[in-house]
Amino acid sequence: MTVKTATGTAAPMPKSGARAGQGFWAWLNKRMPVDQFLASQVTEYYAPKNFNVWYFFGSLALVVLVLQLVTGIFLTMFYKPGEATAFDSVQFIMREVDFGWLIRYLHSSGASFFFIVVYLHMFRAFLYGSYKAPRELLWLVGMLVYLALMAEAFMGYVLPWGNMSFWGAQVIINLFGTIPGIGPDLVLWIRGDYGIADATLNRFFSLHVAAVPLALLGLVALHLVALHEVGSNNPDGVEIKDKVGADGKPLDGIPFHPYYTVKDFVGIAVLLVLLAIVVFFVPNLGGLFLEAPNYEPANPVSTPADITPVWYFTPYYAMLRAVPDQRLGALLLLLGVMAFLFVPWLDRSPVKSMRYRGWMSRSALAIFVVSFVGLGYLGMQPALGIYVVIARILAVLYFLYFLLMPFYTRLDPVKPVPERVTYHAH
Amino acid sequence: MADHAGVAGGDEVDLSRRKFLTRATIATGAVGAVFAAIPFIESWSPSERARAEGAPVEFDLSKLEPGQMALPVWRRQPIFVVRRTPDMVKRIAGHDGELKDPGSKDSVQPPYASNELRSRTPEFLVLIAICTHLGCLPKQRFDAGELSPSWPGGFWCPCHGSRFDLAGRVFDGSPASINLRVPPYSYPKEHLLLIGADEKGVAG
Repeated sequence: MTVKTATGTAAPMPKSGARAGQGFWAWLNKRMPVDQFLASQVTEYYAPKNFNVWYFFGSLALVVLVLQLVTGIFLTMFYKPGEATAFDSVQFIMREVDFGWLIRYLHSSGASFFFIVVYLHMFRAFLYGSYKAPRELLWLVGMLVYLALMAEAFMGYVLPWGNMSFWGAQVIINLFGTIPGIGPDLVLWIRGDYGIADATLNRFFSLHVAAVPLALLGLVALHLVALHEVGSNNPDGVEIKDKVGADGKPLDGIPFHPYYTVKDFVGIAVLLVLLAIVVFFVPNLGGLFLEAPNYEPANPVSTPADITPVWYFTPYYAMLRAVPDQRLGALLLLLGVMAFLFVPWLDRSPVKSMRYRGWMSRSALAIFVVSFVGLGYLGMQPALGIYVVIARILAVLYFLYFLLMPFYTRLDPVKPVPERVTYHAH
Repeated sequence: MADHAGVAGGDEVDLSRRKFLTRATIATGAVGAVFAAIPFIESWSPSERARAEGAPVEFDLSKLEPGQMALPVWRRQPIFVVRRTPDMVKRIAGHDGELKDPGSKDSVQPPYASNELRSRTPEFLVLIAICTHLGCLPKQRFDAGELSPSWPGGFWCPCHGSRFDLAGRVFDGSPASINLRVPPYSYPKEHLLLIGADEKGVAG
């Protein structure tokens, strides 16, 4: 396989073992399959050629993960867990550590960016049926990443020990108290004290900086292994592996490197610009990314006027508050999160992509998006009057999307799927 | 001895014996893993220090004027101590139909507080000031008509809107399902309230 260089002469494509026999590289490859790994996973890993803008978010999630790890490691150097020290040490980072404000705002904004990217990544899967066979396990591992991310974000929000940290932890930990029988003992065990205390803060710190990040890294690795086994889906939902050329390579596939590494760098540049705008100009984003009550130290005898979680939890929080019973509300919240796990088996459509699905699947997805975003908005509003009524209607629509999925996906008038991906040269 | 014959023979592998030994090893290892997990799980229980700091606390009732409320802390939980006026006590009656658990059957309180006023004496009300919904701190709304024209006075939770009367009993339509909890308490001397201990001893 050759490509033409600028002067018109043929240049060999970098291939596995191309540098075999050359000094250090050969020495290395005899002891570790570096070339083989790069070839199979990067330079000769074939991805569909018809990716669009929705395919940026996987690599962007990886970039944000690295951002969170690096900024998190540096914050850990200055942060002091403990009831008496936590709030002050965050103020110390913000005011006295050189560039501490930058590192902390990158970390706090990075958390929100993580969820923006992950939600768009998940929406892409709904749009093109990326969870359908043979990618069910890829979807399940991805959902575990999402769950680990929620745990990570929740515990991270407790660490600054502001008043919203304290009361947010109070509300979320008390959710476990609604479990029949073991509830109260479980809550005492999680807190390690009769209230949210030093013990709670310290164990959350340990989980936030060590246990959950390790789990996240492992799950992300599994997600990538599963992805590279089955290959990426694409906007047409056509399996590129079904049509291979004489060389055994997918006709509609292009090597991940250099084609998609180059593309992904454009996405990374856009992401970093947006992140910089938030970090430098609106780090609180009007209370969406950092809430005003968290600028007050934790106070166990003063509840903030309205306890709301950060925006990425508000759809589920709205479900919790829509039910006038604590146990049922907590159950609904749990089901709301867990519903995603079952999607690969609820979707009975013969086609993957929305491009070839009929009006039923399309309307259902549109209604689902409206209910999720609407619940997200209502979760930030006080739970009063008309807001609760709308939240109840949207929660019903949210669950109907999942419950009725086996039916409308089967009845849906689908269009014929093309043999090969649709692609227009640029 | 028959088993050893197979080993001596060299080639024959007793698969059922191997399977049994594999399973027995896994089972023993699993039991060991469960026991090894116990210290780590136990380490999350309240420490000796946390338990010691959870000892009963005293509160001097002579500091409270009629109609006033104090918020002492016991076991990191704020406690409502209200000195109810005869008028406030009167406003506890008459709305049983609007309550989820008027008789405190499903609620948490010591036996001496499972009466209509949910207290040892009509004058002093002692409650754990943690909303039974999700743990926020309810606010005092003691005046009649303060929240709505028919409001008899009580507590209102700002987080999710749960409402409780002047005995801490939850109103219908609140997300909270049970009445505000009553801690164990006693009066060892006149004007002295001991929160966390009663005739039965210190709270568990």
